[in-house]
Amino acid sequence: MAVITLDVDGTAHRLDVEPEMPLLYALRDELGLNNPRFGCGLAQCGSCTVLMDGQPIRACVVPVAAVTGKVQTLSGLGTAEEPHPVQQAFIDEQALFCGYCMNGWILYAAALLESDPNPSDEAIRQAFTGLKCRCGSHSAILRAVKRAAATLSDREG
Amino acid sequence: MGWYGTAVKRRDVLKGAGSLVVSLAVPGARRAMAADDRPLWRALSPAQLDTYLKIDETGRVTAFFGKMDMGQGVDISIAQIVAEELDLPLDRVDVVMGDTALTVNQGGASGSTGIERGANPLRNAAAEARRVLLELGAEMLGVDAGEVAVAEGAVYLRADPVRRAGFGELIGGGHFDVRLEWNGSYGNALDALGSAAPKDPSEYRVVGQPFPRRDLPEIVMGTHEYIVDVRVPDMMHGRVVRPPVAGSVPVSVNIDSIGAIAGARVVHEGDYLGVVAGREWDAVRAAQQLEVSWSEVEPPFPDMDDLYDHIRRAPVVRESAGGGRGADVAPDRDAVEAALARADRVLQAEYEFPFQSHGSMGPACAVCDYRGDSATLWTGSQKPHYAAEGVANILGLPAGNVRGIWVPGPGSYGRNDAGDAAMDAAVMSRAVSRPVRVQGTRAEGTAWDPKAPASVHFARAGLDAAGNVVGYEMRMKGFSAGDVESNESNPSYSYAGALLGWPNTSVHRLSNPGDRYGFPVNVRYWQTIAPLLERASPLRTAHLRDPLGPQNHFASECFMDEMAVAAGADPVEFRLRYLPDGRDADVLRAAAERYGWEPAVPGPEAPPSDGVVTGRGVAYTRRGLPVVAVIADVEVDLDTGRVWPRRFVVASDQGIVVNPLWLRRTIEGNIIHAVSRTLHEEVRFTPERVTSVDWISYPILEMVDAPEEIDIVLVNRPELPPYGAGEPSTRTVPPAIANAVFDATGLRIRRAPFSRERILAARRASADRQPG
Ligand code: FES
Ligand code: FES
Repeated sequence: MAVITLDVDGTAHRLDVEPEMPLLYALRDELGLNNPRFGCGLAQCGSCTVLMDGQPIRACVVPVAAVTGKVQTLSGLGTAEEPHPVQQAFIDEQALFCGYCMNGWILYAAALLESDPNPSDEAIRQAFTGLKCRCGSHSAILRAVKRAAATLSDREG
Repeated sequence: MGWYGTAVKRRDVLKGAGSLVVSLAVPGARRAMAADDRPLWRALSPAQLDTYLKIDETGRVTAFFGKMDMGQGVDISIAQIVAEELDLPLDRVDVVMGDTALTVNQGGASGSTGIERGANPLRNAAAEARRVLLELGAEMLGVDAGEVAVAEGAVYLRADPVRRAGFGELIGGGHFDVRLEWNGSYGNALDALGSAAPKDPSEYRVVGQPFPRRDLPEIVMGTHEYIVDVRVPDMMHGRVVRPPVAGSVPVSVNIDSIGAIAGARVVHEGDYLGVVAGREWDAVRAAQQLEVSWSEVEPPFPDMDDLYDHIRRAPVVRESAGGGRGADVAPDRDAVEAALARADRVLQAEYEFPFQSHGSMGPACAVCDYRGDSATLWTGSQKPHYAAEGVANILGLPAGNVRGIWVPGPGSYGRNDAGDAAMDAAVMSRAVSRPVRVQGTRAEGTAWDPKAPASVHFARAGLDAAGNVVGYEMRMKGFSAGDVESNESNPSYSYAGALLGWPNTSVHRLSNPGDRYGFPVNVRYWQTIAPLLERASPLRTAHLRDPLGPQNHFASECFMDEMAVAAGADPVEFRLRYLPDGRDADVLRAAAERYGWEPAVPGPEAPPSDGVVTGRGVAYTRRGLPVVAVIADVEVDLDTGRVWPRRFVVASDQGIVVNPLWLRRTIEGNIIHAVSRTLHEEVRFTPERVTSVDWISYPILEMVDAPEEIDIVLVNRPELPPYGAGEPSTRTVPPAIANAVFDATGLRIRRAPFSRERILAARRASADRQPG
């Protein structure tokens, strides 16, 4: 066991856990957070995605001791009153079914638009390599990401 | 103490807005609900209006729905139907579902019947409630019932609309205490009639509108509660321990091997083995580290390369030309032989479809709190009423002593691993006398969930000199679809039940393609073969979205195309020759029209040997009542073998449209899921075990291959009731893509999935056949 500090959604936490415990278990079981979810435990699906210093990581395979940056979860991205434009676009497009996969899609989309505010169709598809959705939300997700990009460029312009 | 006194603490009695609202202190029962008059421990009567509807003092309506929404917006459609009958704005209707203490068993999610059947008792109850409210309103206003009308949640005097009484004033919080005429059935067949007739669809204002789902904002904000988020006091974490060779069972277990993991315990009953620990990570490690010696068994499976020949060779267990659940009907083979003997030309082809996994996004999870004489089950199963009954059975409790609470899980497309997890949690909770949460690993969600069965389809047709079909035969031979029946009340059908010695109750059944082709001789039948491993098999079969639809129609609709090519006909025109006028032909025409279909015989003029080529393919199917036609535009890269279905045009007739927005979404999701099954999905195995254990060994569709456009034509039939629209489009996708691949390349792919390797192999084989 080791004492580890984690900054999650702007709050600092001290944990006493095995350093090799994956971040996902630390977030869920030690901190009682819900939204990053177990899908594969193998970095193959994205259900467990969180952002570390703005970059998406797979919490199921990152040992908690290796987390050096600030962690942001889907629930830390926006609020019901002030949703992130990507979240709003997913609502507007009704772009999901069960939603179990959504941590990955929304957080990867947010990170993508951060670095490329006006991505091509191809760039969006490539950015989502390695993400899974079993319910077939793909086409709706593409529409949502384009809508979010349009909203963001309206705001800039 | 009874379970309702322990698990369901009826604290938090809130007095709000003059109404008594009990908020159930149970995870999963998130919505505060008007449950004060709904004793949780008493079975609800399907013959009581109050079972389906409740109106509080503010006039807000709660509809209690005994089926489920699994992410297709069924609940919003139910709210629309109830709002419609009560002349209420939609935002004043809430829908409660999935809690066995609050809803009657309407069968859970099942065969896309959420609206087709599930809406009926609610529609009737709402119509009856409106009748009662009209009477109460007339009485309160001191006039005859003929002088009042209903609008916006109030009864008003026609002659003087300011004189009105709101629903809340009329009945708020009270009982209707009105009996409905219940048909005596539970499950999908449950129906109840009131004395009032529901509205005529021509008057609909709320039904038919595109309302968004209500749970979406919470989901995208990351605040939605899923089954994996349920935590109850004193809860432990359980994991099932599975054998290294399918069919082998634990002989001895070295408990000391997990002695170093604090609080870890072994659950070993009969042939069932699991571990339980206080922390989830400890349970994961204990399952990995537990030393078990397993019984020696013969490897149960054939070589994977031999799968389809195994099916061809295997003795037939059951054969029928009828439905899987009816009596056997003998196929008229003599008629086929006679017709083929008369034919000018006989075509034949064989199609092969693999085992496929539900592979839900998250491996199944369930929590069970066993209390000796009662239990509470939290489950993501799409049939929580049956799951709770199954848990009662495996625990030896009366059915009424187990409360099942559905909490949304990862999307579910039939009888997936959720039905097993409920039983696992129950068995482990009983073993440790604590609530236990079980969640599988990815391998358990992919390798150990019940599968869609593999099959071979034998097609024959005779054509006369003019290219007319004179005789047709389609035979499906494969593993029975009924190793695991979807009704979860029988523990025999679960992994735990099988290992705890519940007798085998699997049934032998398959089905035939659904269409309306009027061939002069038209014989379809199916044959089942024995399972490879009788019990607790990772290849046991069950319902997976549109059960047997993709298999059967891959064969039947590809063969239609082969017949059209042989007859030198356009495939749309060829199908229309054999379809009666009416809904089937209309749907096919609607798809062709939207697509801008120009008639042509499928296939390239000269077979291309490399580069990217394009083609189009059509398929039409019927699933009982709903009718679907699909046209796919496909791009095939002959150098890499990649098949990319870029565009789909879908025409769909499912009777009256209740919510066009979510109907479109549902069809779109089905198409994409089916694209994944068509292009990628195949459960792999060795003689010892299933080797599809993750998303690399069981690849599914990724965004790079997702279609660019899915253009959906809804053929609205306001004169018809709503038919199940959830699954029917699935079955059209494998043949539409295969037919388009043929159109593009001249390659007839008769084995799914159409992986890159398979396309490249087919191209090589065809090049070998072509001289120089
Ligand atoms: S759970 Fe982490 S990527 Fe699948
Ligand atoms: S919406 Fe169900 S897995 Fe993506």
